[in-house]
Amino acid sequence: MSLAQVVERKVERIAATGNHAAAYATREVDIDVAAIYPITPQVQIAEKIAEMVANGELDAEIIPVESEHSAMSAVVAASAVGARAFTATSSQGLELMHEILYIASSLRQPVVMALATRALSAPINIWNDYGDVISMRDTGWIILFSETVQEVYDNIIQAYRIAEHPDVLLPVAVTLDGYILSHTIEPLELVTREEALKFAFKRPRGYRPVLDPDDPITIGPLAAPNWYYEIKRQQIEAIRNAGRVVREVGREYGKIFGRTYDLLEPYMIDDAKIVIISLGATASLVKAAVNRLRKQGEKVGMVKIRLYRPFPAEDLIKVIEDVDAVGVLDRAVVYGSPTEGPLFNDIAVTLATRGIHKLLVSFVHGLGGRDIFVNDVIAMYKKIKRFAEEGRSPEKTVFFGVKGEEV
Amino acid sequence: MEKTYKRDFSTWREVPIGGIIPWPGTTAEVETHAWRAYRPVINQDKCIRCRLCWVYCPDAAILEVDEEYTTPSGRKYNISYRVDLAHCKGCGICAYECPVKAIEMIPEER
Repeated sequence: MSLAQVVERKVERIAATGNHAAAYATREVDIDVAAIYPITPQVQIAEKIAEMVANGELDAEIIPVESEHSAMSAVVAASAVGARAFTATSSQGLELMHEILYIASSLRQPVVMALATRALSAPINIWNDYGDVISMRDTGWIILFSETVQEVYDNIIQAYRIAEHPDVLLPVAVTLDGYILSHTIEPLELVTREEALKFAFKRPRGYRPVLDPDDPITIGPLAAPNWYYEIKRQQIEAIRNAGRVVREVGREYGKIFGRTYDLLEPYMIDDAKIVIISLGATASLVKAAVNRLRKQGEKVGMVKIRLYRPFPAEDLIKVIEDVDAVGVLDRAVVYGSPTEGPLFNDIAVTLATRGIHKLLVSFVHGLGGRDIFVNDVIAMYKKIKRFAEEGRSPEKTVFFGVKGEEV
Repeated sequence: MEKTYKRDFSTWREVPIGGIIPWPGTTAEVETHAWRAYRPVINQDKCIRCRLCWVYCPDAAILEVDEEYTTPSGRKYNISYRVDLAHCKGCGICAYECPVKAIEMIPEER
């Protein structure tokens, strides 16, 4: 498709919150089943889907559930009979789902979840950080981070295509930063249902094993020590290979709809000496900081990680190969880890296992929704530069912006 | 599903996706004896063919077979009981329930 054709596509542009964008995306891909237990800041996703079903805009079954544990169980079961299933949650809701998160990925059910990220209790806090999504890091789900409302929408449409791909067959979680994306109104370009269903097409029933009385199978039986290990090894291979599919799907999306997605997004990286790596909506802030620093002549770039699991290690190495120093912004912590930044730990391992030595700085910021601003990112940049001048990586994570610690 | 998956697989590449069982009726194929510590041995002379072991066995591992047997004292039976050692887990319920103590649990030596 040529650029002219892309431009000629008639696009409806509306104003929408991230929550509504998530709900609209489920309408476009014509989900069959939604089971969502309401929790702040995700509630409007459930409300909007219920509204669309009531209006006849979306022909889906809504399963009223009494908890998130049941919501996740219901979508796993719906997916097991071949339905296109969707759920959404936040924070404590995700923790209550936790047991079934592993079951969804291990039973290889292509369910999609929108996760409006929110800090974990205690103390109870409804604002944005990535404590919840990081807690599902090791559950075998594919995890896509969104930077804007448009990305929430595009990611959910792509998520079905990725999840249901025969080489993948894994659940996908799409994040939207609590309040920052979930409740903020931004411009949103819609895709028509026809276009969306042509892209994220529904595959013929039976292309993957589903429950069917005419061809009975057992899903979820016991596996004894003689085969459990092999089943896990196969699952590891599936998520390892998922990166390739995520890339193909993102490119095809770009060809059709004009917005191309990759596993990560480098920005101003070409001659950069220092690079800042971040996730989700924080990336916009880092881009703004890079713009401001570039005007002052600083050789700085940034990388946004879009695909968090499986971690795009090879892609990252390619873009940060030539930089001197790397700062990683984490909005979550791994308690008791040698360095507490979860994304930082992935990046440190990626470099170390390839024998690449770089000056690394781990920053934690914004826990429990504490805002950071462009000037804060600039302060972090200056700190990285100071370490680079001294020629040493700090051994410990820097807790940026916490009262009582100097940066 | 028989088209997609082979009945005999030997590596992680071939195991059915997500550990599913792609066709029904496979329980009998699954051997569950590996963790047995004691094996029941039925004394055919003491056994009175009451069928209680067959009733109580939680794994249907007591088999009633059409095999005639005459005890040394001259008593003739039309049936016998055998143990399906591929499925017996060695729980000992049969030996415990046997009213004439005709079943002995013998330690497995592997």
